[in-house]
Amino acid sequence: MSGHSTYEPKTAFERWLDVRLPILRMAHDTAIDFPTPKNLNYWYTFGGILAVCLVIQIVSGLVLAMHYVANSALAFNSVEHIMRDVNHGWMIRYIHANGASMFFLAVYVHIARGLYYGSYKAPREILWLLGCVIYLLMMATAFMGYVLPWGQMSYYGAVVITNLFSAFDRLIPGVGTAITTWLWGGFAVDNATLNRFFSLHYLLPFMIAGVVGLHIWALHVPGNNNPTGVDVKSKEDTVPFHPYYTVKDGFAILVFLLLFSWFVFFAPEALGHADNQVPANPLVTPIHIVPEWYFLPFYAILRAVPDKLVGVLLMFSAIAMLFLLPWLDTSKVRSMRYRPMARWFFLIFIAATLGLGWCGGKLPDDVVIAVGRDAASGDPTGFTVVMLSRVLAAYYFAYFLLILPLLGLFEKTLAIPETISTPVLPKGGASMPSGATASPEKKG
Amino acid sequence: MTKLSMGFQAAFSRVRVGLLATLAAALLGAAVQPASAKTTAREAEGVSFSFDGPFGVFDQAELQRGYKVYAEVCSACHSMKLLSYRDLAQPGGPFYDPKHPNLPPAQSPYAKAIAAQYKVADIDHDTGDAIERPATPADHFRSPFPNEYAARAANGGALPPDLSVIARAREGGPAYIYKLLLGYEDAPKGMTVPDGKYYNPYMPGDMGSFWSGPKDKVPEGGFISMAKQLTPDRVQFDDKTPSTAENEAHAVATFLAWAADPHMVERKQTGLAVMLFLLVFTGLTYLSYRQIWRNVSH
Amino acid sequence: MAETAHETHGEDPHRRDFIHIAAMATGAVGVAATAWPFIDQMNPSADTLALASIEQDISKVTPGQQLVVLWRGKPVFVRHRTPAEIAAAVKDDHADMRDPATDASRTKPGKQEWLILIGVCTHLGCVPSFGTGDYGGWFCPCHGSVYDTSGRIRKGPAPKNLELPDYEFTGPTKVKIG
Repeated sequence: MSGHSTYEPKTAFERWLDVRLPILRMAHDTAIDFPTPKNLNYWYTFGGILAVCLVIQIVSGLVLAMHYVANSALAFNSVEHIMRDVNHGWMIRYIHANGASMFFLAVYVHIARGLYYGSYKAPREILWLLGCVIYLLMMATAFMGYVLPWGQMSYYGAVVITNLFSAFDRLIPGVGTAITTWLWGGFAVDNATLNRFFSLHYLLPFMIAGVVGLHIWALHVPGNNNPTGVDVKSKEDTVPFHPYYTVKDGFAILVFLLLFSWFVFFAPEALGHADNQVPANPLVTPIHIVPEWYFLPFYAILRAVPDKLVGVLLMFSAIAMLFLLPWLDTSKVRSMRYRPMARWFFLIFIAATLGLGWCGGKLPDDVVIAVGRDAASGDPTGFTVVMLSRVLAAYYFAYFLLILPLLGLFEKTLAIPETISTPVLPKGGASMPSGATASPEKKG
Repeated sequence: MTKLSMGFQAAFSRVRVGLLATLAAALLGAAVQPASAKTTAREAEGVSFSFDGPFGVFDQAELQRGYKVYAEVCSACHSMKLLSYRDLAQPGGPFYDPKHPNLPPAQSPYAKAIAAQYKVADIDHDTGDAIERPATPADHFRSPFPNEYAARAANGGALPPDLSVIARAREGGPAYIYKLLLGYEDAPKGMTVPDGKYYNPYMPGDMGSFWSGPKDKVPEGGFISMAKQLTPDRVQFDDKTPSTAENEAHAVATFLAWAADPHMVERKQTGLAVMLFLLVFTGLTYLSYRQIWRNVSH
Repeated sequence: MAETAHETHGEDPHRRDFIHIAAMATGAVGVAATAWPFIDQMNPSADTLALASIEQDISKVTPGQQLVVLWRGKPVFVRHRTPAEIAAAVKDDHADMRDPATDASRTKPGKQEWLILIGVCTHLGCVPSFGTGDYGGWFCPCHGSVYDTSGRIRKGPAPKNLELPDYEFTGPTKVKIG
């Protein structure tokens, strides 16, 4: 909640600085004495975790850039040089590669938290939109970063995704080809593409950092949301960010780092693909082109329809749904803790997205539930991956375009507590919410 | 409103359980049936290595045997361009000498001796002519062929892949390599084997168009351009390990695993230290957290 | 620490602070341990270190000839001196010079005809050439430093003699530099 500053400069130097550039005041007001709801649970620590992820990626990436060579003839070997000859190069490389996966894991939990607790609702729409922009920038950064080692998956991932833009030839003849030629810097993905991807991959994280600054600013204007969705009414509802949430975030970050370290040191290639250890070859395509796991749900949506242009538009629309969310959800209640019907639809949404991710990793014609066999080829027939993708994608869009808008109009919600502090006061204190089954303390 | 909520709760419980169960069965329970034109291969199972698991390490004697197999058998066709002779003497490598732990690998007498056996291309500084000179530890492993085209020409059009990272570049890793090298089988009746190729059930491939037998009994595996190489007594081991095909294959798979990941042991050891440190640090931070939050009702 | 209404009463402040200090100290150790690899990665990598030492065959260098070898990115002069050059150098062993040194201290015992120097002027880094200059040795064209036949600075702005690399003879005609 933006109130007036409680910072008091203690030393002469602090007073001198405060008059000229109140940066210590800003740090104090943002991260030390910032009043934060006292009921934030561990789902709320992922913002801090994401900030740490960004720093880890930037530092490790900066250092890798001291040794990496962005030339198609040398890139693969330069990565191997890092892995073998650069002091601790193997560790820094694995930190960066697995760090990207951890970054997306954290961002998906962070988004899910926002969806569940209604953090995107008024007055936090801009906060949510900035988050969506960060997500887009992350996806672009990760996509370009994966191209840099110049393995088979790197190369063909770039080929497939840049070729998507040629679908726009259907809308305006020639424009799609013009776009892809411009992206490539040539007639195919080649050295020119690699070089520009390296330049942009280096730049985008700093843009992400800037938008993160705006994101935190936009958060601090209304203040944090909280699991009840009820606004902060008094100082009693809050605690200062330091030390209460510095230590809670610190603990959560350490648990996160434990998982991160396990990947880096004991399963560093588990989230990757063996084919990316083969140098890129424009003449031989791998049997199975797959993007990194964090893109799989969108990949499944892309492949759900046979038409290339419709697939591309559907995939972009799936991301656009996030941008529209604050205006699609009509519910007056913020937190799904008090929206039992919405809660189930949300869980199914999570399951559907995970299911889409699974589909994205399979070949479209693979059969999920076999019904019979094709007489001519002897292959199994039945409910295929593509069919499942369509069902799940239909739910994905329905969740945003049908379910959330309608739910807000027709759902029965539980009674919302009066204040954040109410649920923990003993009975006989402030008026308790009616409804014996509704216990606000219990999480959904 | 209460009764309705309870009713909805109950109804949704049943619906939710049913829904999730179906989804789970569809996704997790049912095995995905491959569609047509599917690549198959026999699973490389039941192979264990000394470096398996979070505490596994490379057995140096086996690394030396594996290097010998590479040098005497594989290097005739397969390059290993990303390795240098000095790598053989680095800590954890086949010819690392623990009696001289601080000796730079490039100065190891073993690395020098091995390197000196090979000639690498160079330019005579006096005349400018292309010459060959004995390799030094700093040089990369000498390739059997000067370029890809020569390699293909000498191998019936097939390119023997570079082995520097092969253990990482194939699904199944060292276990796959071991099974592949030993797994050659006679082509079953009904299979047409193209000229210059050999049937191997561990090699990923699609036998559909080469199979004239029953459609639902297409054999797994594929065709590989390399003939079976590891036969008993093909390589004599200096430490008197029996030269069975299995030992040869296991040794070279171990060596290739090392070549693809020479820092593996260092990685696991560092990982153990990091995880232990983080566990302690997390514990302390948790206690600090509980202490700070003790008197806040939340 | 918390100074608001949440302050606890009747707690031993030492006990309350210890866990926080312990946690923060562990954190500091962690940060330092993590920072080291990121700093050390800028140190020379293994392939650069592999070329830190080279073995050079000097059998073809006849008296009066100089071989220039690239070592650690710098030129190294391997000069097979003539008796006249050696005599001139020894004669000036105790002459007045900026960086006094005897000729014997700049060669290996029994191998006085071999002078091995880093061919980088100690003034500002240019590569001197042999043959011109008043003392029969090297002359640096950039600012006019003059070195004698032992590579010692005799005239001009350079502060020190031409540097000697670490080297040893591993055979009658083989020298290992570095």
